[in-house]
Amino acid sequence: MKQFSNIYIVIFATIMVVIIATMLSFVSMQLKPKQIKNEEIEQMKNILASVNINSNAKNAEERFNKYIVGSYVINIQGEKIEDTDAFSVDMKKEVSKIQKINTLNNNLKEAKKSPFKKFLASVIKFKEKNKAAIESEIIKMEETRKLPVYICKKGKNTYYVFTLRGKGLWGPIWGYISLEDDFNTVCGIYFGHESETPGLGAEISESEFQAMFRGKKLFENSQFVSVKVIKGGAEPGNLHGVDAISGGTVTSKGVENMLFDCLSGYNQFINKQMK
Amino acid sequence: MNDKEPLFSSKNMKLLKGPLNKDNPITVQVLGICSALAITVNLKPSVVMAIAVLAVLAVSNVVISLLRKYIPPRIRIIVQLTVIASMVILVDLILKAFAYDISKQLSVFVGLIITNCIIMGRLEAFAMANKPWQSFLDGVGNAAGYGIILIIVAFFRELLGSGTLWDYPVFEKLGIYNSGYSDNGLMILPPMALVTVGIIIWVQRSKNRDLIETH
Repeated sequence: MKQFSNIYIVIFATIMVVIIATMLSFVSMQLKPKQIKNEEIEQMKNILASVNINSNAKNAEERFNKYIVGSYVINIQGEKIEDTDAFSVDMKKEVSKIQKINTLNNNLKEAKKSPFKKFLASVIKFKEKNKAAIESEIIKMEETRKLPVYICKKGKNTYYVFTLRGKGLWGPIWGYISLEDDFNTVCGIYFGHESETPGLGAEISESEFQAMFRGKKLFENSQFVSVKVIKGGAEPGNLHGVDAISGGTVTSKGVENMLFDCLSGYNQFINKQMK
Repeated sequence: MNDKEPLFSSKNMKLLKGPLNKDNPITVQVLGICSALAITVNLKPSVVMAIAVLAVLAVSNVVISLLRKYIPPRIRIIVQLTVIASMVILVDLILKAFAYDISKQLSVFVGLIITNCIIMGRLEAFAMANKPWQSFLDGVGNAAGYGIILIIVAFFRELLGSGTLWDYPVFEKLGIYNSGYSDNGLMILPPMALVTVGIIIWVQRSKNRDLIETH
């Protein structure tokens, strides 16, 4: 076997990597617009699926334009944000905002609860002032949240579609939930995932799992309770719970958290609409 | 081997046809089983997967064969992997742009072509030591051998499991459901892919006695 010098090996590897990287990034750039278009159509299909309308890649755009009569973005107070397209909201950023808010909230809670943390906090001068600072930071964070709303008209009924995104076991999970115009009853739901375990967590994208959400209620005595995913199965007649997936506990929990975190953002909006 | 050897000499045809039968990567060498189990529920993704593997294997075989004299042996596995990986990324990008639905169905399995041992095996065992044309034939042959099993398995699993072929409801049109037949849900689950592959192996070996191991 021929011997190659180390320098040759390094040069060979470098040139190979440069050529391949150039080629791949060129192709990727060329195909990007088409892929983005595909993703948009996919998004339309998913939104339609949450209102229980079937569509395929060909007729999704046409049906979307027919049924979805409007869309806008609201903030946490339920006010419309002008000049923002519902499609353009980067849900990844929204998820990281929610996560930050949750950690800040946890910090606050734990500082109150555990004596050790209290002690620690006093050592690092965690005082009322800091608490206020954290609280204002939470409020600031909350205010930057952008929440897309799609309005769907099917026959005489109007449905409102909200966007969901959260964390599964292996990667992101997302979905759309459509509410009837009482803003309480779930009309339909759609879940997607990137890489949940096939046969276990991936079942959330099956219609059997999604069908369980139909007719569930988000509010009890005008108190927001969301829909819980219950391990071991929800009792029949439970208006706020569905069966979890056996073997998919983390994904089920992820769905539950996603529903609570994303939908609680719409609370003010719903209150305003109900008045 | 001299350069004047005809393009489709019997030796070269053997490279192409061998893997279809006596050297089949799935049924004889038992390679690439994992993806054969995962994506053969429906005919469509199986055919796309077969084409993807064919493209990746044929092209990487040729590329490696062209470079074989310049690849330093110490980093040859890395070089092979890089070539395969970039081919797989290309295929993935193209699928995402032109066949989005199918690329969604195949999901991780397109990326997992990289780890398909058939490809690494052919590069290391064949392309590193043979000329581009022979390597091309070898790649096409092996990928076709893999693809044909995939398609046969998918044919039976889709027909018996969902009663459709290429998403066309065959059994419904034939009116078989009216006579009390119902789809076999077990066919959709991965174990039945293994059983189907087993049956294919059985049929193949009962026809080719010399494939039967004596020990």
